[in-house]
Amino acid sequence: MHPLLTPEEGKKLLLLGNEAIVRGALEAGLGFATTYPGTPSSEIADNFFRIAAESDLYFEYSTNEKVALETAAGAAVSGVRTMCSMKHVGLNVAADPLMTLAYVGVRGGLVIVTADDPSMFSSQNEQDNRLYARLSALPMLEPSSAQEAKDMTVAAFAISESLELPVLLRTTTRLSHHRGIVTTGALLPPKTKGDFQKDSSRFVTVPAVARVRHRVLLGQEEKAREMACQSPFNTLSGNGPWGIVAGGMAYNYVVDAVKDLAIEEKVRVLKLGFGYPFPEDLAKGFIRSVEKILVVEELEPIIEENLRVVAHTNSLATPIAGKAADLFSRLYEYEPGMVRAVMAKHFGVAYETPEPIDLAEDPEAAEMPIRPPNLCAGCPHRAAYYAVNSALADMGTEAVFPTDIGCYTLGILPPLRSADFLVCMGSSVTSAAGISRVTDSKVIAFIGDSTFFHSGITGLINAVHNQHRFILVILDNGTTAMTGHQPHPGVDMTPPGWQKPSVSIEAIVRACGVEKVAVVNPIHVAKTKAAVREALEADMLSVVIAKAPCPLFERRMLGVKQKRAFVVGPECTGECRACIDTFACPALYRNPDPDGATAMVINQDLCIGCGVCIQICNKIRPKKI
Amino acid sequence: MMNNRKVDNCRVCFIGVGGQGTLLATMVLAEAAIHAGHNVLASEVHGMAQRGGVVESTVMIGDIKSPIISDGEADVLVGFEPLETYRAMRKCSADSVVISNRVPIMPFGVAIGQSDYPDVDKMFAFIGGRVKTLMTLDAQKLAQKAGAALSANVVMMGALARSKAVPVPKEAFEETLRTKTKEKFVEINLKAFALGFDTL
Repeated sequence: MHPLLTPEEGKKLLLLGNEAIVRGALEAGLGFATTYPGTPSSEIADNFFRIAAESDLYFEYSTNEKVALETAAGAAVSGVRTMCSMKHVGLNVAADPLMTLAYVGVRGGLVIVTADDPSMFSSQNEQDNRLYARLSALPMLEPSSAQEAKDMTVAAFAISESLELPVLLRTTTRLSHHRGIVTTGALLPPKTKGDFQKDSSRFVTVPAVARVRHRVLLGQEEKAREMACQSPFNTLSGNGPWGIVAGGMAYNYVVDAVKDLAIEEKVRVLKLGFGYPFPEDLAKGFIRSVEKILVVEELEPIIEENLRVVAHTNSLATPIAGKAADLFSRLYEYEPGMVRAVMAKHFGVAYETPEPIDLAEDPEAAEMPIRPPNLCAGCPHRAAYYAVNSALADMGTEAVFPTDIGCYTLGILPPLRSADFLVCMGSSVTSAAGISRVTDSKVIAFIGDSTFFHSGITGLINAVHNQHRFILVILDNGTTAMTGHQPHPGVDMTPPGWQKPSVSIEAIVRACGVEKVAVVNPIHVAKTKAAVREALEADMLSVVIAKAPCPLFERRMLGVKQKRAFVVGPECTGECRACIDTFACPALYRNPDPDGATAMVINQDLCIGCGVCIQICNKIRPKKI
Repeated sequence: MMNNRKVDNCRVCFIGVGGQGTLLATMVLAEAAIHAGHNVLASEVHGMAQRGGVVESTVMIGDIKSPIISDGEADVLVGFEPLETYRAMRKCSADSVVISNRVPIMPFGVAIGQSDYPDVDKMFAFIGGRVKTLMTLDAQKLAQKAGAALSANVVMMGALARSKAVPVPKEAFEETLRTKTKEKFVEINLKAFALGFDTL
C-alpha cells in the first residue's frame, strides 16, 4: 500500500511538503487530479499517479497546465473534489482558464497548487505567484510547514466549496522540498462521480453572463476576506511593541530569529497563512497594536503594500518597513541568518553569530573548478548535439540554436554550446521562426518530446502556414526526464498496467504539413549527421526527430542490463583531444595520472556502453561486461 | 555563540554530487533521529541540480523551525566528495564536526582539461586546522567491500554514527536501514553501515 494511503489516524509521518499536500487532499476525499510536471511541484502528482493505481482516484498527466486546469475545471463543476498542481510558470500557461474560471466558479472543491521557485533552483524565472491571487480575485493559502501544508489542503477544499470558487495553494521550493513531521487525520473516501447540472447563465461566459459573474466574484471575494480575518491560519503571537508580519517559509526564519535574539518579550508577530483576500480588519488591529512593523516575505512586497494601504486608509502613521536596499531584497530565497541579521539591525538588537570558515584564508587555496549540472554519460541528447555541431563544422557554417525546457537545455555547456535563446516552454519553435525570418543565419531549434506535446505543436503549425524556414530537432527520449521521468502522450516505454494509447510525434509532424521529416537514432552518429546535413542543404522547414530512450529511464523501466563498456586504447597520446573538445561525455576525461597508460580514460562506473565515442575516435574500443 | 541557541539542537548539512545518494542519507538520518525520539526537519534538492551538479541537503534535529542552515551554523557537515566538502566550508565554524569522503568526482572542467582538481590532502589540511574535528574515509573502497559501490552513502552514515556528532544512537540508524530502505539492499546497507562505523 502507498504509505500516504494509511488509514491510521494520528500517525506521525516524515513527509515532504508536497507529500503532505497529497495526504491533505486524500483526507478531503479527492476524486480527480491533473498536472503537468514541473519542479518543485512534481512529487505531488507523482504520488497521485501511484495512488491512483491502487485507489478510485482519477489522475492524469495532462499535456500542459492549461489542459490540466481546464480538465480539472470540468470535473470540479460536476461536483467532484479536484486538485490541479503545477510549477509557478505553469500557472502562466493556465492563466487563461484561471481568470475566467474565477467568474464561473466550481461546485466541487477545486484546489490549484502553484509551486514557486525563489532562487530559481530549477526554473527560468522567480515570479511571485501570490500576485495571481490578486489578479484572479481567488483565495490563496500559503503553508509554512509540512503539517500546515496538509491542514491547509483539507481546509482549502472546504473554503472552495463554501465560496464555490477555486482556491490557490501556494508553496515555494523550500516548502515543497522540506520534510517535517505530519500527524495524519482520517481519510475521506473519494467521491469520483459527479453530475453536470446545466446553468448556462452561470457557466457560459458570453459577455452578458460574464458581466454578472464578475460582480458575483467580487462579492465572494469580500466573503473570503471575512474568512481570512477569522482564519486559524492567520495567527497572532506575542505582545511586544515591535510588529513583525510574515508568511510562508520566511515565518520559520522569524520564529528562530526571535529566539536567537532573545526578543520574545519585545515582539508581536502576525503570521499570514490565508493571505488573499488580504485580511484588512485583522491587519488594522495589528497595526494599531504595535509601534513599528517589519514585514518578512520572500520576493515581492505584497503583504507590505497591503499593510500600507490599510494604514493609509485608516490614517495610521505606524512605520512599515520590508523591502529596501538595507533591509530585505526582492531577489532570491531568504535564509535564517539573513532574516535574523535584518531583524537585529532594524530593531537595534546586538547579537553574535559563529564565524563562518573563510576559504580566502587558505594559503594553499587553489582555484576551485565549478560543478554545473551536466548531461549524463550515455545521454542521447549529447549525441544529437554532437551530430548537429559536427554537420555544421563539416559544411563550414554556423547556426543559431533556439532551445527549450528540459534536460537538453544543459546543451548550453561547452563544448556543445547548443543553446542560444530560451524563454519558456515551446519557445524554441516559435522564436526560431522570428530569428530565421529577420536574419540570414541558419537556425536549428531543439525541443524535447514532452515539451513538443506541451506547447510545440501550435508553433510548428504556424511555421508551416507562414512558410518559415528553419530546422526543428525533436529530441525524443521517450519520457519527461528532467522532472523525474513522468510519461507523456508519446511514450512507448510504460509502467506495468499502463493501457493508454501512444500518440506518434512523427505522425503529428507530418499532419502539421511539414514536408521534410527524418527520424534518426542519434546514437548512430553518421546517419544523424547525414540527416542534419540534408536538412541544412534543403533550406526549408524541416524536422529531424532524434529518437533514443533516456538510458536512466530505460534501465529503470525495462531493466535493460549493460552488455559492454568502452576503454581507451594505449595508442592514445592525448594530442588530438577531439573526444573532450567536441563530445565531452562525462565518463571520458583526461587521465589525472600523467604516467598513466593512456592520456584519456573512460570511467568504467559511469560508462553505460552507448558506443557514441567509438564512432568519434578509433582509439576507443569495446569491452564485454 | 548566541544567547539562546540551544545546545541540544543539531544542524547537519550533507554535501555531495548529484547521483551520490545524499537524499537517501538525509532520509536515513532524519528517520533515525525520529526513532531516537527527536523532532526533525529536513530539506532536499530535487530537479535540475541532481544532474551531476552540487547537491545540498540538511537535517535539523531539535527545537528548530528553519529547515536550512546559514553560513557558520552547521554543527555537522557530511561531505560525500572532497572538493564539495571544501567548497561548503562557509557553512561551518570552529565548532563544527566535518566527516568527508576522500574520493574525488571530477568536475566537468577538470575532465575536459580546462582546470585542475585541487590537492585533496591540502584541502583537508586546511579544514582540519579550522574545525573542531575532521574525519575522512575512503567510502568507495568500503562500499565495494560491502558489495555495492552505490552504498558509499550508507558507509558515510556509519562514520557519522561513530562520530557521535549527532544525538542518534547506532541502533536507531540500523533500525531505519532495516525498515526504511529497499528490502533487497538491506543486507548490503547494514554491512556498509558497519564498515563505515568501524573505520573511524
